[in-house]
Amino acid sequence: MSLKRKDLLGIQDMPVEEINLVLETAESFKEVSGRDIKKVPTLRGKTVVNLFFEPSTRTRTSFELAAKRLSADVINFAVSASSVSKGETLLDTARNIEAMQADFIVLRHPMAGAPNILAKLLRASIVNAGDGGHEHPTQALLDLYTLREKKREFKGLRLAIVGDIAHSRVARSNIYALTKLGAEVRVIGPPTMMPLEVERLGVKVFYDMDEGLRGVDVIMMLRLQLERQGIALFPSIREYSRLYCLTPERVTLAAPDALVMHPGPINRGVEIAPEVADSVSSVILDQVTNGVAVRMAVLYLLSGGK
Amino acid sequence: MSVIIKNGRVIDPGRINGPADVLIENGTIAAVGSGLKAPAGATVIDATGKWVLPGFVDLHVHFREPGFEYKETIATGAAAAVAGGFTSVCCMPNTQPVNDNQSITEFILDKAKAAGLANVFPIGAITKGSEGKELAEFGDLKKAGCVAVSDDGKPVMNGMVMRRALEYARAFDLPVVDHCECTHLSEGGCMHEGQVATEMGLHGIPSASEDVMVARNLALAELTGGRLHLAHLSTAGSVRMVREAKARGIRVTAEACPHHFLLTEEAVREFNTNAKMNPPLRSRKDVEAVKAGLKDGTIDVIATDHAPHAAFEKEREFDYAPFGIVGLETAWGLALVLAEEGVLTVEQVVAALTIQPARAFGLAKGTLAVGADADVTIVDPEAQWVVDPGQFKSKGRNTPFAGWKLKGRVVSTLVGGRVVHP
Repeated sequence: MSLKRKDLLGIQDMPVEEINLVLETAESFKEVSGRDIKKVPTLRGKTVVNLFFEPSTRTRTSFELAAKRLSADVINFAVSASSVSKGETLLDTARNIEAMQADFIVLRHPMAGAPNILAKLLRASIVNAGDGGHEHPTQALLDLYTLREKKREFKGLRLAIVGDIAHSRVARSNIYALTKLGAEVRVIGPPTMMPLEVERLGVKVFYDMDEGLRGVDVIMMLRLQLERQGIALFPSIREYSRLYCLTPERVTLAAPDALVMHPGPINRGVEIAPEVADSVSSVILDQVTNGVAVRMAVLYLLSGGK
Repeated sequence: MSVIIKNGRVIDPGRINGPADVLIENGTIAAVGSGLKAPAGATVIDATGKWVLPGFVDLHVHFREPGFEYKETIATGAAAAVAGGFTSVCCMPNTQPVNDNQSITEFILDKAKAAGLANVFPIGAITKGSEGKELAEFGDLKKAGCVAVSDDGKPVMNGMVMRRALEYARAFDLPVVDHCECTHLSEGGCMHEGQVATEMGLHGIPSASEDVMVARNLALAELTGGRLHLAHLSTAGSVRMVREAKARGIRVTAEACPHHFLLTEEAVREFNTNAKMNPPLRSRKDVEAVKAGLKDGTIDVIATDHAPHAAFEKEREFDYAPFGIVGLETAWGLALVLAEEGVLTVEQVVAALTIQPARAFGLAKGTLAVGADADVTIVDPEAQWVVDPGQFKSKGRNTPFAGWKLKGRVVSTLVGGRVVHP
């Protein structure tokens, strides 16, 4: 089995069968991560380059572990985005990396569509590890994997995504994935954080968090980007928290066995109360664990699944 | 020196639309009529099956010189112009340095003269350095040869500066051209704010960023009685407001670009940087409004906003790629789509490319009247061709129309009675 594509750029153009294939494949790789010797020879001799133009610990580490557990050689290449705008272009940087015979380039970039450019012009497989406000496909896949573990069925699942929908790649990828799989998706946040015509993505919009959370099976919190306060999107962190922080009281509005998710890193006390983040309903750390398995599956399936 | 263009269909809007010959003597139109006799020694151009039109006039091009010669020079820009049937072009002042003084204007005119192709009319800056603060010396600019003033690409945000510009320009009867964009509302944006931007996670430029500035400019034109020309209208709101303003007698003219009446935001999908321009490609509803504006005369002029960039500049992250596309060598074929769709008659398409732009800026161009400069464009209305940017005379290859099949091609261009293309 393999993905019949060179690159993983986003969920929007990914058919349901491919999503399911990744999730099924990840299951066996999760088993590998639970072993005493957490390594298989699947990608021995392959080179994976993590090309990160944005600081990231979790995603980069997760990809690095995934590649290493598949026995690939991994190089981490961190570039500060500011130096890039003056110096070498993204394409030149990537061409140099490809010239060193990289098989995979895992790209994290602050600008939407950056991986699409590389995918068009390079032979290496491009894996999007987050591009601006566009997509973060492996995050959505690991979220799906976690949901499937806990809830089994996507169809009819009621799910609320809370926060800055307009600027969130995690929200977009999850909206594309979950609506495809038949879940009912709500988005909750202030109108300043809702992109224009967001309803056309097949979601229901709520400005009132309490109303939006009523009866949902899953609450997916987004990290608040603190630098967006002031004139930009909200008046103060204080007001934002009062309106949109997931408190224990708010969790009770959801279905009794509702799950709480967060892509991390969390701002304790800002968008999520510490006692909620650490509660039994929180699957935040399961998400992290599953991230490695899902990324192993993605690398494996893109390499031809041999 | 005599030239006679025989057997064509002459379309000179408002004057003639039918079979006729055109006689040119010493660089000016000497006669237009049936069965004209070629004087001895005259060059004879056979235009059988062709249309003979006044040379096109483009009020909005960027020739990048001085300062960005790697993108385009006045010579390559002028070559692109005549290849596209444009015999007169007005070049925007956003060069480096900005054309805000007599010496830059003279430099541009010298380069244009040396190129010896299209007539190049410089547009001077509204403010020094196009910084939006102090007015440039309109008197000097006009004397040196500028035909209008604009801070194109850097909209005049300060309402008082714009008011003074419109007032002061009256002394010289100069049109003030504004690229209508509230830069606070458009900050960080790189495409139309709407469903496609929402899906792609790109920052949007709302229609309102254009609309609020159109509203302001119209109010200031009314206040001052100045001559306002609005560049590249792209929104339904702009068209509606200009229509209303014209009905009330405000002195305003407006232009639209082919990409704004042929393409929507959908063209940006796949992060196509050749579909990135400012104002951005908008929604279907806006496209329909721009066409309706052309149809009812709200929009007077078809202009290209020819904006060449080097390939490496466009092969970038969508946010980092510069705004703009080339337009001179595709405009005629694209404008004719309006006739094909029944939005305009052929004569109206020709008028929007010739006499109407000439009138908007007060240029003695865009007509085949006896005594006019013999700027003539001959087109084959039936010729089918495929847009191949590799064949452009422009240095810029940045067009979203690559691969489009167009009908109607420029076969010959004369400037001052001299064949400059092919």
